[in-house]
Amino acid sequence: MSAQPKGAQDAARVATPSGIEVPVVVTPDMARDPGVPGAYPFTRGIFADGYRGRPWTIRQYSGFGSAEESNQRYRFLLEQGQTGLSVALDLPTQCGYDPDHPMARAEVGKVGVSLFSLSEMETLFKGIDLGSISTSFTINGTAAIIYAMYLAAADKQGVPRARLTGTIQNDILKEYVARGTWIFPVRPSMRLIADSILYANAETPRFNAISIAGAHVRDAGCTAVEEMAYTLANGLAYVEELIRRGGDVAKFARRLSFFFYVHMDLFEEACKFRAGRRLWAKLLRGRYGVTDEKALHFRFGVVCGGSSLVAAQPYNNIVRVAIENLAAVLGGAQSIFTCAYDEAFQIPTEFSAELALRTQQIVQHESGVAATVDPLGGSYYVEWLTDRMEEDMRRVMGEIDAYGGVVKAIEDGWLQRRIAVRAKERKDATDRGARVVVGMNRYRHEEAQAQGFGEVFRLDPAIAARVLAKHAEVKRRRDAAQAERALDALEAAAASEKENLMPLLVECCHAYATVGEMVERLKRCWGEFQEPVRL
Amino acid sequence: MSTVAAGPLAGKRILVAKPGLDGHDAGAKVIALALRDAGAEVIYTGLRKSPEFIVRVALDEDVAAVGLSILSGSHQALSREVLEGLRAAGAGDVPVFVGGSIPPQDRAALLDAGVKGVFTNDTPLEHMIEELARALA
Repeated sequence: MSAQPKGAQDAARVATPSGIEVPVVVTPDMARDPGVPGAYPFTRGIFADGYRGRPWTIRQYSGFGSAEESNQRYRFLLEQGQTGLSVALDLPTQCGYDPDHPMARAEVGKVGVSLFSLSEMETLFKGIDLGSISTSFTINGTAAIIYAMYLAAADKQGVPRARLTGTIQNDILKEYVARGTWIFPVRPSMRLIADSILYANAETPRFNAISIAGAHVRDAGCTAVEEMAYTLANGLAYVEELIRRGGDVAKFARRLSFFFYVHMDLFEEACKFRAGRRLWAKLLRGRYGVTDEKALHFRFGVVCGGSSLVAAQPYNNIVRVAIENLAAVLGGAQSIFTCAYDEAFQIPTEFSAELALRTQQIVQHESGVAATVDPLGGSYYVEWLTDRMEEDMRRVMGEIDAYGGVVKAIEDGWLQRRIAVRAKERKDATDRGARVVVGMNRYRHEEAQAQGFGEVFRLDPAIAARVLAKHAEVKRRRDAAQAERALDALEAAAASEKENLMPLLVECCHAYATVGEMVERLKRCWGEFQEPVRL
Repeated sequence: MSTVAAGPLAGKRILVAKPGLDGHDAGAKVIALALRDAGAEVIYTGLRKSPEFIVRVALDEDVAAVGLSILSGSHQALSREVLEGLRAAGAGDVPVFVGGSIPPQDRAALLDAGVKGVFTNDTPLEHMIEELARALA
């Protein structure tokens, strides 16, 4: 591999964290004119008027415990001026287990809310009009089920489906590589994703049925260049699958969206987005002849924080998040989530969550960065770096193609191994001090390490018990025969390979079938993914 | 890549395990690679294993130590279940280490429960290897 990430700040050689050697100065002859925003290939943004026309959506990720607690937190955030909701789900819901499954014990309501059936979705949005908010679900293995449940909840509220806006992550490929909430083997999972996207395009035209995510592979260790390259490779795999299923790329590409991490190198991060946006438009036009402007638009959300946050002197993370927030804005993100400073070691408290929200509001309303479109455009360094990153992204994508494509690379564990090796390199660079983390491996303040971490978030231990009781109650009160019929129909359709499963999942949800029951039926037809463990 | 026979953990067989549903495996894999670089023979379970399964593998493979990687906040319950399982099987002397996203205030409770050491992402790998080498000497 030619570009080894170094990040070494020695005098002789300075490189970005992706290993791109940075010149002392970039001169005009090294940079190209990036053109204008809102025009192909969209280097400077997908809209001619940038944030002047539409500010980015401030979308904080939250959700914990039971639906009642999360409902309260959502109402609080909406009152505080948040413009979109982002739902975190607990691991049993994400992995397809009901709260009473042995694998679920110890995890119910822990890292997000438990949505085991429609009853919980109804409670989650009680008093919140689904027609007037945009909701994003970080859900993958069970994304089609949660989307079906959201539709059922909207049906019950009497909200026309066409009015629904929001996103389900629904990106299973990166789950196999990094995030780990896979359930079924790769190929039936791809079918389920195609089913949900094709159905969503018809039923909820304003809803993004997939958010192709690089955030988690980045978190798992890869570089900014690799994050974008792997994500675009996954994106193309979905495009191929949808075309195979008869989808019209000029149509469905309009509803594809992306999701990334942003780390601390301000310019590399901003240029990552500029290069990725341009490359995606070029790939769609070059490979599939897409000319529709909207279909070529690379729309993406960003999360600031995550693995770039450290537990050592945690208040320093507030500064990190602000810089990352700037990078995301300078890169032209459509929605942004800023992590709370304590995210490195706990679920954010109400205080830290509000501080994260205020950070974005300060950037949006006080900093002036949103006043003109792509204020970095035309900077010699930025245009030079954007070009270099695009080149490197193409090279990495070429390596995946050479291996035999992303699905094969995942089934074999090749991509997973590559990322693990990268993670080890990053850890070694941090241990050596080549990658500087202030307060941790440089300027460490031992006394401050021992100090408190501010308010501590404590989950009510009774929550899991309450979720279990509600689960039993729902199963007792529902029409058992109706649930059984809906599940039987789902299983039959899953076996046939012809039918789109979405209407059947919506029926199951309406009948208060549980997530665990639906997943169990699908497992009977498809089996489970066998993780290739290659070190 | 290479199975080094030398190093501070040469000849030690170590189980790296992911209990529960947490899917963050970057840390576990980094640890597995570092242990192997230090000479250990590493067995990695892969994701989503029950405490019962982990105990069984530890016994079947006759490991010298178990490392649990947990980033979901469920470290207390899951660590205890593995510790109890090992004790119940008469293997209470196999040291268990825990790594991941562990709030500093939870460290003491884990150690009290019988966990031998707690590592987080800011622990230098070298320190971890040294601590393991001491514990397994």
